[in-house]
Amino acid sequence: MSELSVNHLLGIKYLTEEDIQLIFETADHFKEVINRPIKKVPSLRDITIANLFFENSTRTKLSFELAEKRLSADVINFSASQSSVKKGETLIDTVNNILSMKVDMVVMRHPNPGAGVFLSKNVNASIINAGDGAHEHPTQALLDSYSIREKLGDVAGKNIVIVGDILHSRVALSNIFALKLQGANVKVCGPKTLLPTYIESLGIGVETNLRKALEWCDVANMLRVQNERMDISYFPSTREYAQQYGVTKALLDSLDKEIVIMHPGPINRGVEITSDVADSKQSIILNQVENGVAVRMAVIYLLASKIKQ
Amino acid sequence: MKGKNPKKICTFVFQIAFGTSTMSQKILLNSTEIGIILHRLACQLIENHLDFSNTVLIGIQPRGIYLAERLTQILQNDYQVKDIELGYLDITFYRDDFRRNEKILEANKTKINFVVENKKVVFIDDVLYTGRSIRAALTAIQSFGRPEEIELLVLIDRRFSRHLPIQPNYRGRQVDAINKEKVKVNWSENDGEDMVYLINQEKDK
Repeated sequence: MSELSVNHLLGIKYLTEEDIQLIFETADHFKEVINRPIKKVPSLRDITIANLFFENSTRTKLSFELAEKRLSADVINFSASQSSVKKGETLIDTVNNILSMKVDMVVMRHPNPGAGVFLSKNVNASIINAGDGAHEHPTQALLDSYSIREKLGDVAGKNIVIVGDILHSRVALSNIFALKLQGANVKVCGPKTLLPTYIESLGIGVETNLRKALEWCDVANMLRVQNERMDISYFPSTREYAQQYGVTKALLDSLDKEIVIMHPGPINRGVEITSDVADSKQSIILNQVENGVAVRMAVIYLLASKIKQ
Repeated sequence: MKGKNPKKICTFVFQIAFGTSTMSQKILLNSTEIGIILHRLACQLIENHLDFSNTVLIGIQPRGIYLAERLTQILQNDYQVKDIELGYLDITFYRDDFRRNEKILEANKTKINFVVENKKVVFIDDVLYTGRSIRAALTAIQSFGRPEEIELLVLIDRRFSRHLPIQPNYRGRQVDAINKEKVKVNWSENDGEDMVYLINQEKDK
């Protein structure tokens, strides 16, 4: 087994294809571990990890915390809403204060793109980006690809469409990088206003008609409309968006093949997908959540193995 | 030494000189001897476990699984023991040298499709050296329940080299090897031959 080419997980764009395969092979072992009667291994008992969440999160934070605890790491949690950030402390000061408590690794979510890269250059700890603004969310993309690999056997050569609010989505960008790196064919689909102007320069297809996109794809990754990041109106109404870009059971059944439905959560039921689609057997949404713990265990384990004593 | 026939053990020594290091290897056990030992170990297991109804065999990854599979085959084919439960246990995540070793630890598959709660567990590994792998295995197996008892079977017992108070219940052959020597067990299904070598890898200053 080789080791990762990086000391931090800041984004998929810094990884190689071999890194991704190594993470997946390691995640296979951890998936077996978390299905045992006792789901914990002692590997990281001398590692301390700080989870710094400067932006709200439910499943990513829980998933990281569970992954860390199943590896026996010591965990400290920090949420910006209950901290001195409100009193005007800078990011480096906050993190350095936490590091002087002898922390080896930092998992950070931050509203500003590049916050992880900035941190990795200024503090002495291994950094995992858990989402930086509309930039990258590498562990989500890894668990998405891992779930596709688990469901379809391989990612290479598969047709994958990412539907919805691409403009505000860090999940979309990380997924595009990860899927391209593994040799998948990628398209994005959504209203023109929610597609970034230069998105085609990433070497992917663009489709504004949902039915055409679904007819083309093997997997549809449905993204949420991020209303909280929208300061202007990008489409006339939520109802119209749901009619144009929402996946319904009727639409799925009218396709001549059975496609896989994914969603990184949180779901706005009735907007990007209806309840019967989210709960159908074509949906692997809950598998994604389970795989998230195994993939994050793999990432943390592989990065921790590079921290020298 | 007891049980050791100097004529039978052909000391096939060759030296490969590359750079500044010399390596020599000696055959400790040939395939006939390995066959005899495997049958003896199988009989010793039957003596203690009879029909194996409450016993599970656990091969320690990566090299213990071949010995475990061989013993299972012998028990089933030559001694008509039915329904032997065999599992593989990987100890990578339980090792005590994580981040302390230059070598990257490589994980292998764990496959235990049964509960070990109240079972008699027999750990099977090819070479017992420092005892640290078995220490890790003792911790790892607890994730699958609380066994009634745990025994240890090894093909080669490198005595006088233990770091921990761990001794085998069944041993194929005891070997006195110094620390810079390495014992390598080859299996025909994986390495093309049944053979145990003592490899002496010495760096010339």
